[in-house]
Amino acid sequence: MKAPNFAYLRATDLPGALAALDSYGTGARILAGGQSLMPALNFRLDVPEVLIDINGVAALTGIEIQGDVIRIGALTRHAELEASAVIAAEAPLLAAAVRHVAHPAIRNRGTIGGSLSLADPAAELPACMVALEAELVLASSAGSRTIGAAAFFRGLFETDRRPNEILVEVRVKRQTPNRRHGFAELSRRHGDFAVVGIACQADVADAKVAALRLVVFGSESFPRVASHAAAAAQGRVLSRALRDDIVAALLEDLDPSDNLQGGAATKRQWAQILAGRVVAQITAA
Amino acid sequence: MPSRACLRGGSRREPAIASARHPAFPAGSPVGEGVARPSALRLASGRGRYTDDQTLPRMVHLAFVRSPMAHARIRGIDIAAALAFPGVVRVVTGADIATVCKPMQVTLAHLPQHVSAEQWPIAIAEIAFQGEPVAAVVARSRREAEDAAELVAVDWEELPAVVDPIAALAAGSPMVHSSLGSNLAFSARFENGEVDRAFAAAAAVVEHRFDFGRVACVALESRAIIADYDPTERSLLVRQSHQSPHLMQTMFARHLGLAEHRVRVIAGDVGGAFGSKLHVYGDEIATAAIAVLLGRPVKFTADRLEAFQSDAQAREFLATGRLAADRDGRILAIDVDLVSGIGGYSIYPRSSLGDGLQAATFLGAAYDIAAFRSQLRVAYQNKVPSGALRGVGQPISCSIVEQLIDLAAGALDIDPAEMRRRNYLRQGQFPATSKGGLKMTELSLVPCLDRILELMDYRCLRQQQSELREAGIHRGIGFATFLEQTAPGAGLYGPGGLPITSQDSCIIRFEPSGTVRCEIGCSDQGQGTLTGIAQIVAATLGIPLDDVAVSAGDSAGAQGGGAWASRGLAISGEAAHAAARQLRRNLLTVAAAVLQGNLEDLDIRDRLIVDVADGRERLSLARVCEIAYYCQDLLPPEVTPELSATSHFTPRTDPYFIANGIQACHLEIDAETGWIKLLDHWIVDDCGHVINPLLVDDQLRGGIVQGLGAALFERCVYDEQGQQLTATMADYLVPMAAEMPDITIAHVLTPQPGTALGIKGVGEAGTIGATAAVWCAVNDALRPFGVRVGRQPFSPEVILTALGVIPTPPVVDPVNPNDEEGDMQ
Ligand SMILES: Cc1cc2nc3c(=O)[nH]c(=O)nc-3n(C[C@H](O)[C@H](O)[C@H](O)COP(=O)(O)OP(=O)(O)OC[C@H]3O[C@@H](n4cnc5c(N)ncnc54)[C@H](O)[C@@H]3O)c2cc1C
Repeated sequence: MKAPNFAYLRATDLPGALAALDSYGTGARILAGGQSLMPALNFRLDVPEVLIDINGVAALTGIEIQGDVIRIGALTRHAELEASAVIAAEAPLLAAAVRHVAHPAIRNRGTIGGSLSLADPAAELPACMVALEAELVLASSAGSRTIGAAAFFRGLFETDRRPNEILVEVRVKRQTPNRRHGFAELSRRHGDFAVVGIACQADVADAKVAALRLVVFGSESFPRVASHAAAAAQGRVLSRALRDDIVAALLEDLDPSDNLQGGAATKRQWAQILAGRVVAQITAA
Repeated sequence: MPSRACLRGGSRREPAIASARHPAFPAGSPVGEGVARPSALRLASGRGRYTDDQTLPRMVHLAFVRSPMAHARIRGIDIAAALAFPGVVRVVTGADIATVCKPMQVTLAHLPQHVSAEQWPIAIAEIAFQGEPVAAVVARSRREAEDAAELVAVDWEELPAVVDPIAALAAGSPMVHSSLGSNLAFSARFENGEVDRAFAAAAAVVEHRFDFGRVACVALESRAIIADYDPTERSLLVRQSHQSPHLMQTMFARHLGLAEHRVRVIAGDVGGAFGSKLHVYGDEIATAAIAVLLGRPVKFTADRLEAFQSDAQAREFLATGRLAADRDGRILAIDVDLVSGIGGYSIYPRSSLGDGLQAATFLGAAYDIAAFRSQLRVAYQNKVPSGALRGVGQPISCSIVEQLIDLAAGALDIDPAEMRRRNYLRQGQFPATSKGGLKMTELSLVPCLDRILELMDYRCLRQQQSELREAGIHRGIGFATFLEQTAPGAGLYGPGGLPITSQDSCIIRFEPSGTVRCEIGCSDQGQGTLTGIAQIVAATLGIPLDDVAVSAGDSAGAQGGGAWASRGLAISGEAAHAAARQLRRNLLTVAAAVLQGNLEDLDIRDRLIVDVADGRERLSLARVCEIAYYCQDLLPPEVTPELSATSHFTPRTDPYFIANGIQACHLEIDAETGWIKLLDHWIVDDCGHVINPLLVDDQLRGGIVQGLGAALFERCVYDEQGQQLTATMADYLVPMAAEMPDITIAHVLTPQPGTALGIKGVGEAGTIGATAAVWCAVNDALRPFGVRVGRQPFSPEVILTALGVIPTPPVVDPVNPNDEEGDMQ
C-alpha cells in the first residue's frame, strides 16, 4: 500500500503553518506524530493535497505550569507526558491514562495535539481532557480561541476544529487536595485501543462527592460524560452503596455501538464493571 | 492471590535439555549444542535479503485490481484510463495472461471424487472470492501502479455469495462454481469398529460442538516475487519468497510452457510462511506470465491487505464430537462429524483437502480406542481459498478429542490426567496403527505425562484451583496430548500424481582451504534449519562449526522439497549426514594416499588428520585439500580426489515420523468481564534426538504462541456477502508478547528408528497442542458455572455469553448467527 502523491511543507513557525493552511484549505493536513495520519494515507482512506509538517514549530512544544493551570503544547509526545514529573504531580489522571496509549514506539512519536484533533472514539487522551475539564486553544491566522474539551468533541472523529485552525495547546487545571482520579480500560491486547474505558475525576470533600466527572470512551462515538452517574453521586458519601448506585445510573448514560469486539449489551456490561472499579479506586484514594 | 505457591515450572530456568549427547557423534561435537544461529545476527542487523529488498535493472512493478465483491461475473473491463496514467507500462487482463499461461486446476489421482474448478491466474469470466485478481497494472513504481489500478473500470454483475459452509451444502444454496453443480468439494467417511454398539453400551456419553474460526497465516514478510524473462534464451529467473522453490520451478515451467532447466527459482531470505508460501498463487503465476509478455523484470509484493485477501487461510471447521467411555474411563468409541469451508478454490496444486483429511483421520490416535467413526464434508464458499497452516488439521483433531476426554472425565469424576493415562497406547503396543489409519513406530505418552505433572506440580495446582474457586477466582487447567506427523515420505503426494518431492538432497564439498560448502534441499524460512544442518555436517566431518557454510533455496542447486511438514532436519539432516560421511571417506582416501596408509586407520578431528588408534596428528586437513585441488601430481594416478559428494534421503521404512508430547495450559477467567489471562504453559515434547536445543525450543515456543493466538484472538470474520471484516492487523488480532505466559519446556527422547540420526520433526508440535490445551483449560475454569464454550476464539464476549451475563448472543456473529453456547451441550 502506497500513499498517493502529495506535496509536503515543513513549517518552522506557527504563522507560517497557519498561512499554509489558509492557502490550501481543506486539501491540507497537519502532520504531527504521523502515527494515525500515515496509515490513513497508505490505506488511501485520506487523499490530501499537501501535508503541513508542524514538527519544527518550537512554540507548540513543552509542558509547563502557568499559575493554576498546566500548559501542554500540542506537539507534546505521549512519551513526554508519560515521563513528566509535572504531569505526575499535577494531572495524575493523565499520567495513569497515557501508559495505555499504544506501544512505546508509537508513544515516542504520537502527540497530544494529534490525538485530540483526530478524536478517535477509543483514544484515552480525549476522554481524560473531558474529565479534567481541559481547555483547548485553537489558532488560525485570524487569531485564537479557547474551547472546553466537552464542547470540542462532537462525534465519531469529529471535533469543533475548523479547517483553518491548528490546535496549539491544552490547558489543564492543576491538582487540588480534594481532587481524586480513577482510570480503567479494557483492551483485547496490551496497547490496543480500548474496547471500553473510563476516565474519572472527582472532587471529594469530607468524604462526600462534590463533583463526579466520569467519562466513558471506546464504546461510545465520542467521550461520553456520564451525567446520570454524576447526579447519583452528587453530595453523597463514598461507599459501597454509592458505588452500586453510580453503576446502576450509568446505564442511562450509555449509548454503545456494536463492533467486532462486542455488541452493545456486552459493552454496557463492561462499562458498568469498569465504573465499579474506577469508583473503587476513588473511594480507596 | 494464590493461597499457596505451587512449583509451577520452578525448574524453568534449567536448560530444557541438558545437552544429551548424540550416540552417532563423538563428545565435544557441535551436535546437541544450543548454538545460536548466525543468521539471527544477520537478520536482526538488517542485513537480510528478502525478495522485496532486491531491485533489478529495468524492473517494473505490479499492482493488482482485485474483486471488491465475493462473487461476481465480469461483464467487461475498461483499461483505457489506467493505461493513460503517467508511468503505466501495461495493463494486463486475464485474457492477456491466457495467451502465455495455462490455468490452474487441482486434480488428485488417488482422490478422484475431489471436484475442483479451473482457476485463472487473473480471472477472466467470474470471481469466487473477494480479493481475486481481475487485472494487473504494470508501472514504473508501485505507487503509480496503485494509482492507475483505481482507474481500471470493471463492469460487474454481482452474484449471490455463500459464506457459511453448512449453508453452502444445503439445497438451494448459491453455487460458488456453477460448472461443478454442487458446493461439495469432497466428502468421506472413516469407520473402524462397532461404533453404535459402543455408544449404546457406554457408562458415559459426552457430546460437544466445536466452531473453529478460520485463521490466517500472517507471516511477517508478505508474499513477494520478482520474475525476469529472457526471450533470447527462453529462460525465466524468479526470486520469490516461497517455501518450495523446486516446486515453483516445475510449476512455472508447466504453466508458461518453458523447459524446466531454463527456469530457476531462488528463495532468498524468507520472513516466515507457516504454510502460506507453499502454494501456487494466481498473482505470482501472473507476475511470471507478465515478465514473459514484457521481456523485462517484474516485481510484485503483496501488501498486508492483499495478504489477508489472498494468502491461504485455514482451519475453518464446524464439528460435532461424541465420545463413549466405560465406568473406568476407558474410551470405547469416538464419533466426529466435520464440516469444513475451503473458500473459492481448492488451492493449487496440493488441494485444500489436507486440513480436513488430517483432522478426520488423526482423531484420538494416541489412545487405544476400540471404535472410530468420522465423517468429513468439505465445502466451497465465497472466501479466500484455504491451505496449509502449521499443523494442518491436527490442531482440530487434537482439540476435539482432548476436549471430549475432559468432558468424559468430568462426567465420570475421574481426574483428566488420569483419564488420559488410562487410555494411552501402551509401550508394548508399538508399532501401532490407529483406527483412523495413522502409523506410529514408538511413542512416549506415559513418560511425557509423568514429566509434565511433575513440572507443573499438578496436585498442588489442582488444590490451589479449588481453594481459589472458593474465593471467586476462576482458574482452569487443560491438558493436550498431541501427536505430530513429521517428515512425510512419498506416500503423501506421490499417489495424487503431484510434482511434490518428499526427498531432499545434499551437495557438499571441501574448498581448497579445508572449509566446507554445503547445499541442501530443504529451505529455511526463519527456523534456523541451516544451522542445524551445519552442526550435523561439522560433527560428521570433525571440523569446527564455523568451517561449514550451508545454503538452500535455489532450484538450480540441491534438489528437495523445501520447508513444510516439519521435515527440515528429519529429512535434510539425514541427507547431509550421509553426504558428509561420503565426503569424509573421500577426503580420507586422499589422505591415505598421501600418507601411504590405510583409510580405516585415519580420522578427522578438529581440522586434523589423525590416527584412529592414538589420536596422533598426521597431516592437516587443509594440506589434504590443497593437494587434492592444486597438486594432484603428488597423488598416485589411480587416486582421483573427489572432494565433493551428493546424497539423498526420504523416509522409506516408515511413511512419516510421528512425534508426540503433551502440553498444559493454566489460565484465569475474569467472570465479570470475560477476559482470560494466561498464567502458565508447559510442554513436554519428544522429537527424538535434538540437534540444537535452542532451535527446537524456539520452534516449540513459537508454535505454542500461534496455537494460543487461534484459541484466544484470531478469526477471519466475513459478513454474509463475503466481505472480509478483519483484513488489517488492527482487526485481525495476533497474539503479542504481553499476553503470552511463560512457557516451560522439557523433553523426552525416543529416537526415530530406521534413521541414522533418530530425529523427528518439531515445527508444528507447539501449535497442534496449544489450542487444544486452551479449550480444555477454559472449559475447566467454567465448570463451576455449569457452562462451556465451543467457539473460537474465546473472546471476552464469547465467555460472557456462555456465562449468561450477556442476555443475547453476540450481535456481530457473521459465521453462525444463531449459534449460542447454551445449546453446545
Ligand atoms: C498500532 C497503533 C496503536 C495505537 N493505539 C492507540 C491507543 O491505544 N490509544 C490512543 O489514544 N491512540 C493510539 N494510537 C494512535 C496514536 O496515539 C496517534 O499517535 C495519535 O492518535 C495521533 O497523534 P499523532 O501525533 O501521531 O497525529 P497525526 O497522525 O500526525 O495526525 C492525526 C490527525 O490529527 C491532525 N492533527 C495533528 N496535530 C494537529 C494539530 N496540532 N492541530 C490540528 N490538527 C492536527 C492531523 O492532520 C491528522 O488528521 C495508536 C496508533 C497505532 C499506529
